Amino acid sequence: MKYKSQRVAYWFFALSMLLIILQITYGFIMAFAHYGMDGLHNWIPFNAARTTHINLLVVWLLSGFMGAAYYIIPEEAQRELVSVKWAYIQLISFAIVGVVAVIGFHFNWWEGRKFLEIPRPLDYLVVVNVLLFLGLILATLYKGKTQTTTAMVLAMGLVFAALLYLPGMIFFDNQALDSFFRWWVVHLWVEGVWELIMGGILAFLLIKLTGVDREVIEKWLYVIVGLTFLSGILGTGHHYYYIGTPKYWLVIGGIFSAMEPLAFLGMALFAIHMYRKGGRNHPNKIALSWTLGTAIVSFAGAGLLGLAHTLPQVNLYTHGTLVTAMHGHLAFWGAYGMLVFAMISYAMPLMTGRKVYEQTSNIYAFWLAVIGMLGMTTAFAAAGVAQVYLERRVGLDFMVAQQEIEVHFLVLILCATLFTTGVLIFVYNFIKYGRPTEEAMASGDEFEAVQPAAA
Amino acid sequence: MLSKKQAKVFFLGGTIFFSLIFLGLSYESVTKSIPKKTHADQITDAVRRGREIWDKNNCMGCHTILGEGAYYAPELTRVYSRKGETYIKTVLMSKTPWAPRGRKMVAYGMTEEEANDVVAFFKWVNEMDLNGFPPEPDKNLQP
Ligand code: HEM
Ligand code: HEM
Ligand SMILES: [Fe+2]
Repeated sequence: MKYKSQRVAYWFFALSMLLIILQITYGFIMAFAHYGMDGLHNWIPFNAARTTHINLLVVWLLSGFMGAAYYIIPEEAQRELVSVKWAYIQLISFAIVGVVAVIGFHFNWWEGRKFLEIPRPLDYLVVVNVLLFLGLILATLYKGKTQTTTAMVLAMGLVFAALLYLPGMIFFDNQALDSFFRWWVVHLWVEGVWELIMGGILAFLLIKLTGVDREVIEKWLYVIVGLTFLSGILGTGHHYYYIGTPKYWLVIGGIFSAMEPLAFLGMALFAIHMYRKGGRNHPNKIALSWTLGTAIVSFAGAGLLGLAHTLPQVNLYTHGTLVTAMHGHLAFWGAYGMLVFAMISYAMPLMTGRKVYEQTSNIYAFWLAVIGMLGMTTAFAAAGVAQVYLERRVGLDFMVAQQEIEVHFLVLILCATLFTTGVLIFVYNFIKYGRPTEEAMASGDEFEAVQPAAA
Repeated sequence: MLSKKQAKVFFLGGTIFFSLIFLGLSYESVTKSIPKKTHADQITDAVRRGREIWDKNNCMGCHTILGEGAYYAPELTRVYSRKGETYIKTVLMSKTPWAPRGRKMVAYGMTEEEANDVVAFFKWVNEMDLNGFPPEPDKNLQP
């Protein structure tokens, strides 16, 4: 680590690790409820568990992205962050808003709008917080010695993510219009600007881990994010098939969203190619595994499983069923969860000077988490396809169909246990790294800890 | 071979071009098509109050409406025609958790007026033109 202020990232990563554990806990509550064991119903009804699960997901991912930005931007801009004190203030206020929101969900303080449940007064605080974050990042970038493409793409992703939060705050008395703009946030985030963030972080990691020439990596970065917007903006139409919207979206949404997997395919091929081409034998192999993993699993979860239900003929039957949950899990985990894990795996040894990455347990953490999540995806898929057939094709009553598919939730719980074991090992190793140290910070980018032993 | 500059132009050009098309189509949808297909002129005060109750209680945290929400409880887009007003009101006004097949709903114990408002909201949603959603079951597969 070259710049002292990069250590701010550590606390964002720590917050991220804490919240993912909480998120998973609420996942188990829901999985048990689906399996017929709803003992917590009086205290944490399903809607409270669900809202907490998906909001904690967004908060830990954002915390990971912010940490990544605080780490990457000084290094790319070649200067310290403009203010470390304000970065800590931003961290603390971010954590407070998140915690207050989650507690509120347990007391009926929410808006019933999937993913945007944070109540309005807190939305304003989110806006202030994000403005502070962007101010620090952009000022650092502006005052820096260099403005690299990687840093610009990352910053652009962050700025647009903030802007796109706003349409979700407009009030409509028409449910269909409310949904229409809800997708400007949800879809244009995960299938638009968050992919810029992903591309930026991925490019940074590949430059560092493979040693491939920056110009080559950044050229392909442009091509990939170009494909993202080319398909993803009009691809929003795949949410406008059946919500009171005009028919032209069936055609436009179908065609453009079917092209969205190309950007994820690009991301996967890009990572694999740079890995093979790179001459650098970087000792932090586990960071490389997570980096290649995020590029490949995102193509499977977002690209292929998205494609599976994106055509209007298919979506007519799968819309609003567990098939969506199948895709949602592998997509979020592959594209954004694993990305945050990659960044943490890369940055921790550089911040702390310890070589925990050499331990075998890291490999178990990686494979247990990935295999566990693939198993969960399969369980959701089995449940979802059966639900579509029984409820939508045969016409059985909702609950009759649900009772038929209950057993898949037992499989879900088993696979979720594998997944959770992997995540817990990862978090345990995170704790073992300890806090950032002065020596590690003073030793610069290429310090001794990451040099190949024989070199 | 493609240069970095050309790649940048592809990115910026594509983004601006497709954003403009998207904004144009969205404008049409929001100002013309959606109000028409959803009968926006029939949004009465009762519908508004009903929707507020729907929103405040996060019903979408268990159910779907217009196919959006959670997968724990039934799709409610056409519940008005499927179950009828009396049934819906009984569920909403129940003081013990409604659970006809074991899975519990939150016991809201609404007043008659509140239940009427929610029914008005469902009735309005029921009339929307949704391009064929939810689909009719296949007659050849009927048990
Ligand atoms: C990393 C990228 C992605 C993530 C994190 C993601 C996540 C999700 C989530 C959470 C939902 C449910 C949203 C809700 O109902 O509020 C959803 C819906 C959907 N996604 Fe994705 N997705 C991604 C990419 C894609 C791609 C590339 C495609 C298409 C090729 C796609 C196709 C769909 C479709 C068609 C739906 C609607 C399902 C329905 O009708 O209920 N997704 N996605
Ligand atoms: C132990 C692990 C987990 C379990 C048991 C679990 C279980 C569940 C269940 C039962 C639902 C609700 C489905 C419904 O509405 O009926 C859900 C929703 C969701 N979970 Fe998880 N989950 C887990 C971990 C995760 C992780 C790690 C992620 C992301 C990386 C994630 C992302 C989501 C998303 C995006 C939704 C909303 C899906 C949609 O609306 O289509 N979950 N989860
Ligand atoms: Fe989408």
